[in-house]
Amino acid sequence: MTTIDATTAPGRPGGTDTTPVLQARGLVKTYGRVVGLDGVDLELHRGEVLAIIGDNGAGKSTLIKCLTGAEIPDQGEILLDGKPVHFKRPQDARTAGIETVYQTLAVAPSLDVAANLFLGREVRRKGPLGSVLRITDRAGMRERARQELRELGISTLQDVTVPVENLSGGQRQAVAVARAAAFGSKVVVLDEPTAALGVRESGQVLELVRTLRDRGVPVIIISHNMPHVFDIADRIHVQRLGRRAATITPKSHTMTEAVAIMTGAAEA
Amino acid sequence: MSTSTLPASASAHDPAAEFLDRRTPLERARGVLHRYPALSPAIVLVISVVVFGFLNDRFWAPGNLSLITQQVAVVGTLAVAQTLVILTAGIDLSVGATMVLASMVMAQVTTTAGASPVVALLLGLVVGLAAGGLNGLLVTRLKLPPFIATLGTLNVYLAITLLYSHGATVRGGDMPAAMTWTGTTFPVLGVRVSTGVVLMLAAYVLVAFVLSRTAWGTHVYAVGDDRDAARLSGISVNRVLLSVYLAAGAILALAAWLQIGRANAASPNVGVDMNLDSITAVVIGGTSLFGGRGTVWGTLLGALIVGVFRNGLSLAGLDVLYQTLAVGVLVIVAVSLDQWIRKVRK
Ligand SMILES: Nc1ncnc2c1ncn2[C@@H]1O[C@H](COP(=O)(O)OP(=O)(O)OP(=O)(O)O)[C@@H](O)[C@H]1O
Ligand SMILES: [Mg+2]
Repeated sequence: MTTIDATTAPGRPGGTDTTPVLQARGLVKTYGRVVGLDGVDLELHRGEVLAIIGDNGAGKSTLIKCLTGAEIPDQGEILLDGKPVHFKRPQDARTAGIETVYQTLAVAPSLDVAANLFLGREVRRKGPLGSVLRITDRAGMRERARQELRELGISTLQDVTVPVENLSGGQRQAVAVARAAAFGSKVVVLDEPTAALGVRESGQVLELVRTLRDRGVPVIIISHNMPHVFDIADRIHVQRLGRRAATITPKSHTMTEAVAIMTGAAEA
Repeated sequence: MSTSTLPASASAHDPAAEFLDRRTPLERARGVLHRYPALSPAIVLVISVVVFGFLNDRFWAPGNLSLITQQVAVVGTLAVAQTLVILTAGIDLSVGATMVLASMVMAQVTTTAGASPVVALLLGLVVGLAAGGLNGLLVTRLKLPPFIATLGTLNVYLAITLLYSHGATVRGGDMPAAMTWTGTTFPVLGVRVSTGVVLMLAAYVLVAFVLSRTAWGTHVYAVGDDRDAARLSGISVNRVLLSVYLAAGAILALAAWLQIGRANAASPNVGVDMNLDSITAVVIGGTSLFGGRGTVWGTLLGALIVGVFRNGLSLAGLDVLYQTLAVGVLVIVAVSLDQWIRKVRK
């Protein structure tokens, strides 16, 4: 199996600009007898959008779970800015600046939009109210939530005090994406963020991905939607049967060729 | 929801708004009940107070109202602890046993070892924390379902209590006065209020505050709501669960003190079955057994409803059996209502 890297030379540790922001080498993850990942490599470079495509069960979600601390790989290593990292839990990856929207949306349905945006990193009130009584700054968080949503151009969420369970599937998706976009300082990972969305909302999410990239935050996005992928991605990681089949670009390959690699009809 | 600010989305929102308006009154009522879980118990309490007041004049007598609050105090305090656990989608069957164990330890160290009340109360707190901590460890480390874990510890704590106390009751008169201080009363607007009731209310205020105003409170709801989502959101689920069982244990130590004051004694045989009463109060109070939904104020209403029903029915001259029957029906109605309310969630 050959691996093409058409845009960038593979990063070498030590080099500053060419060192991938996030890199995985030989990741293996098994669930009992099921092999989720079978030795996967991945590089995410500065300022790029890396799409991951692959059939159902190819290991896309498992791959990003390993990258973001939701699963611990059996073997292989993960490098952040060239340095090995060992995420034990999602919190570790978040602390390192990696924000993720998982395929099974990680939102708390009974909490409102603002509380979900700040879940796990609540802001306390200033002064002794916050430091001694540990009161959270609810009004402040709501205000910042509104502001973030406005800046991210998410217009579908007008009221940040609505419990998330009262929202539509697309709006919930928007909450999850907004949270990742608002807090992802180093890398943002999106697992099928447009799956539940209409045309307009999908367009908004793709726009958001571009905004993030332009802010200098590289994005990994998993999608089954080839036009979306070819529209937004700088490079495309093709996942097949738990391995990386190829890394291509929208320029080097057509959609048909990409699908052929994905399904095994063609070699990369 | 205002759509006027964003013309682009106005067209997309109009059909939705129209759809919302087309909800039946019943569906709209369900939406309101869903948003305010304490509303239905509040309505039930008001209705039952009015009805029982009509049935018997003596219901409204200051002495009777005072009696109801005192009867509610211990179970009401247990129910605060129970609410915390149930909010995390757990259940604690050992609350009664833990309380009895703590009360026996508190009482006995004052009589047999001559310990001061402060030392005795602190020891009770330690017992409560240890019991809660063991429950928490069984749930988080051994991954036992809370129902099973606390069914086990219920029996363990009960056995330890009987071994430790040799089955003997410690009378209030044999203890320092501070141990039964929770049973003393003082008048408020003609109604005699017991110190225990005030302490119970303090526990409610404290827990309600912590649940609604701190990050820990938010995390308790998040963990009960969807544990995996909480974990993926960076919440340390096990730490939250353990802290909930520890907090419950501390509240149970308070309940132990109230029980000594209320009964004017510490008895190894009284109060173990209050675990079911506490669950009843929580459930009637609108807290969901599936976790993530409910408030302690609802629980207080639930405890009061049970107290009012028992008291009102006995004033009406009905046998204790009918009180039990009524409480049973209330529980079934409350849980059915919860199931129906939860259907708001798609
Ligand atoms: N928690 C788990 N337990 C057991 N098997 C799992 C688990 N998670 C994933 N797998 C298996 O690992 C393989 C890869 O799954 P993964 O979810 O990564 O696929 P995917 O590429 O994201 O697919 P999809 O496009 O359907 O989201 C599948 O065979 C799947 O059944
Ligand atoms: Mg997937």
